[in-house]
Amino acid sequence: MISELQTVRIDELSLDSGEVLRDVAVAYETYGRLNERKSNAILILHAFTGDAHAAGVDKDGKDGWWSSMIGPGKAFDTDRYFVLCSNVLGGCRGTTGPSSPDPATGKPYAMGFPVITIGDMVRLQHRLVESLGISQLLAVSGGSMGGMQALEWAVAFPESVYACIPIATTGRHTAQQIAFNEVGRQAIVADPDFHAGSYYESKPPARGLAVARMVGHITYMSDDSMREKFGRRLRGREEFSYGFDADFEVESYLRYRGSQFVGRFDANSYLYITKAMDYFDLTAGYGSLGASLERAKCRFLVISFTSDWLYPSYQSLEIVNALRSRNHDVTYCELSSSYGHDAFLVDVTHQTGIVRGFLARCERELEAAR
Amino acid sequence: MKVQDVLGRRDYALISKLIPQASKVLDLGCGDGALLAFLKESKGIEARGIELNPEMVHAAIARGVSVYQGNLEGSLREYPDKAFDYVLLSQTVQETRKPLKVLTEMLRIGSHAIIAFPNFGHWRVRFSHLISGRAPKTRLFPHAWHASPNIHFLTVLDFEELASEQGWLVEQRLFLSGNRRIYRFPNLYAEIAVYLLKSPS
Repeated sequence: MISELQTVRIDELSLDSGEVLRDVAVAYETYGRLNERKSNAILILHAFTGDAHAAGVDKDGKDGWWSSMIGPGKAFDTDRYFVLCSNVLGGCRGTTGPSSPDPATGKPYAMGFPVITIGDMVRLQHRLVESLGISQLLAVSGGSMGGMQALEWAVAFPESVYACIPIATTGRHTAQQIAFNEVGRQAIVADPDFHAGSYYESKPPARGLAVARMVGHITYMSDDSMREKFGRRLRGREEFSYGFDADFEVESYLRYRGSQFVGRFDANSYLYITKAMDYFDLTAGYGSLGASLERAKCRFLVISFTSDWLYPSYQSLEIVNALRSRNHDVTYCELSSSYGHDAFLVDVTHQTGIVRGFLARCERELEAAR
Repeated sequence: MKVQDVLGRRDYALISKLIPQASKVLDLGCGDGALLAFLKESKGIEARGIELNPEMVHAAIARGVSVYQGNLEGSLREYPDKAFDYVLLSQTVQETRKPLKVLTEMLRIGSHAIIAFPNFGHWRVRFSHLISGRAPKTRLFPHAWHASPNIHFLTVLDFEELASEQGWLVEQRLFLSGNRRIYRFPNLYAEIAVYLLKSPS
């Protein structure tokens, strides 16, 4: 399955901050075929550092970030469904973000880019979906920040979503989640190459961005998975160096991940997107999760993972209980995994069966309601 | 041992008879969702379940039933009053820590409750206890005392008494021994009792 990045342009987009973005590009990929009634579309929402390349193989031969879940015969079965995924607003992988040229100056926005929210990302996705002539999505789904967008979709566009599958996510960022993001942001800002975000003509704040990524990576794993993957093993040596080289496997892994990240991600996007996550609060303007989710009209499948300490199960349960208190149709399941927050990407065996069964049911019910 | 283990799928037919078309049904301890799927198919009900065992939850979701993974005793308070037409509790009331609380909650969140339980007053149970001088073991109570999930044993008479104390309206009562319906002396001859209750208000 070869996937091709496509782009649509939106004239203007009003933001939660009150500002208006002009000439916004949205990069997206699609897999499978849209049926005649346009009733089999599933929007996949990527996590923080993901992109539109969710499935298949791109022109560089790279697999999509959720190839394990999307494809022929997989959970999001592209033989049945038309699956699409777009890069989020503020991103750096084709959709307009701080590294894109500001139409007013022709130079990158950098810190001149307006602050964005999860709500803004979703409004832009809605414009994309509309532009494809789809009035209702069979499902929206994503993990982590993708789950936040899925929840936002259900509340902001209740008529446009038939089913919502938020995975390993939360209805609002907690102090701990904000704290980790802030460490990442401060690492970037403290890098002497940052230059208040205007580094596009010189070199990027690579060290700061790499440190931010290292912190992030720790939060995506679990004590168990790190013990299993690295233990206290030394890297390429028998004895301690008695210095500050990367003695341990885990050190060299994090350094590698950090440096690799710098090549594919923009530091300003890191700042803007983490801020959008921190601002995310489904209760805002409604008073409670229940009051906000009351607007939703879809059926929900909420999934969490036992070893995920970044978005622990209790946060999924808050969503589920708010839905149950409003008598919404919600399926909830906590999957057992040792992979921590990353489980939704890497430990997909049970997740596949559950998503597949849930989608099949939604499809049947949607068909019956016609 | 569950009702269906004894009755095959006969309890489905039985419970199915008690539930009108297109009702909204919550099954507590729904297992792999087989009963709910059956009712969905045969009666077009809106099906919801609660189940603790993860493998069962996966199986139920895979067959298209809406399940909440959780302990039923801690899971009912979230539902608003009269959220369901029927709330089912098949064979687990004797396993709950606070059976009265569970039953009261069932009648708060449902207009009707259907409770099926194994009758501890059955003659075989009495006989086993009398002759062996040990905790009774029968086909419905096959466990050794230390391995039994049952912590609150009850009989048909016990349940009748509780229902009248609590002012629950018994709309129907069905008694079974194996595959046979029991009409006389249920407390002695019924292995399984099935009650259809209506909340007092």
